[in-house]
Amino acid sequence: MNSTPQSEFWRGVRDTLPLIVGAIPFGIIFGTLSESGGLSLWGALAFSAIVFAGSAQFIALGMVSAGATWPVIVLTTFVVNLRHLLYSTTLLQQVRHLPQRWRIPLAFWLTDETFAVAVRRYSEPSPITHMHWYYLGSALIMYFNWQLCTMIGIFFGRVVPGLEEWGLDFAMSATFIGIVVPYLKNRPMIAAAIVASGLGLALHGLPNRLGLMIAALAGVATGFFLEQRLASNRITEVGEVR
Amino acid sequence: MNEFLLVGGMFLVTFLVRYLPFGLAGSLQIPKPLERALRYVPVAVLMAIVAPAILIPQGDSVQLSWQNPHLLGAFAAFMAGWWKNNLLLTIVVGMAVFFISRLLIERF
Repeated sequence: MNSTPQSEFWRGVRDTLPLIVGAIPFGIIFGTLSESGGLSLWGALAFSAIVFAGSAQFIALGMVSAGATWPVIVLTTFVVNLRHLLYSTTLLQQVRHLPQRWRIPLAFWLTDETFAVAVRRYSEPSPITHMHWYYLGSALIMYFNWQLCTMIGIFFGRVVPGLEEWGLDFAMSATFIGIVVPYLKNRPMIAAAIVASGLGLALHGLPNRLGLMIAALAGVATGFFLEQRLASNRITEVGEVR
Repeated sequence: MNEFLLVGGMFLVTFLVRYLPFGLAGSLQIPKPLERALRYVPVAVLMAIVAPAILIPQGDSVQLSWQNPHLLGAFAAFMAGWWKNNLLLTIVVGMAVFFISRLLIERF
């Protein structure tokens, strides 16, 4: 099947729609909390439009309301978003050929969700052209939705009292579980998930959510080394048969 | 609080980690083993976020109990994902079980 820039763009939009279901409550709750957290209306809108980083926005908001200074919040944002370094390294092969005018906006719009759908599309066996249009479609629908939900949250937050206590934050967990489950098909992947979860729990108390990064790296290392070991075992088995 | 400096600083560090590898893409070669290791990134990162969110929902202590709606919702989402490989269904089932169990736990 031949793909055109347009067809890839809309495919990216379509594949991202389920993830939007999980992002909607998350964006609304951010808008809702922004006022009581101590951000001005413009500050809240700028968080979503300029920083555009879901969980980091929440953490920063919490720190604003706790009275942290801006350099401390910026440093924390850096640590929380370090995982994007892993994402963009993973996608590097696919954007290598693109000019900067593509790479800069694609980097700006990189999120957990767009990374998840793009990586799946990129790993499909048949070579696909115009793949960056797929990424762009996914990124733009995420961005548009995030701005809209932030605004809805800001305005509803003033009308509906106690919206932040509905537990809408669970939507993010459900979305991430939905992304992870299809990967859990072999032992290295399952081991990576277990190690990352366990360490994520154990190191949860570390400052600036440093535990997240350590747990993620340990999970990646576990999966990789287990894969290497299984592969070398298989080679020995074949050798014995011979 | 200077919101201008706050937003500007947050933008800079966030864009930096997102752009750095993309920007260097021309000169950076990823060794094959690293490329294989990077395939574990989505699962490892997302589980490191999800596990504390569902088991330490209040941010203080681990709640390994059936009275924890986050845990029930997460379990349901996992099961739904395994049963049918459908992202939307997984999210909707997880959220439904979360909200219903939360309502029931609050009532009784």
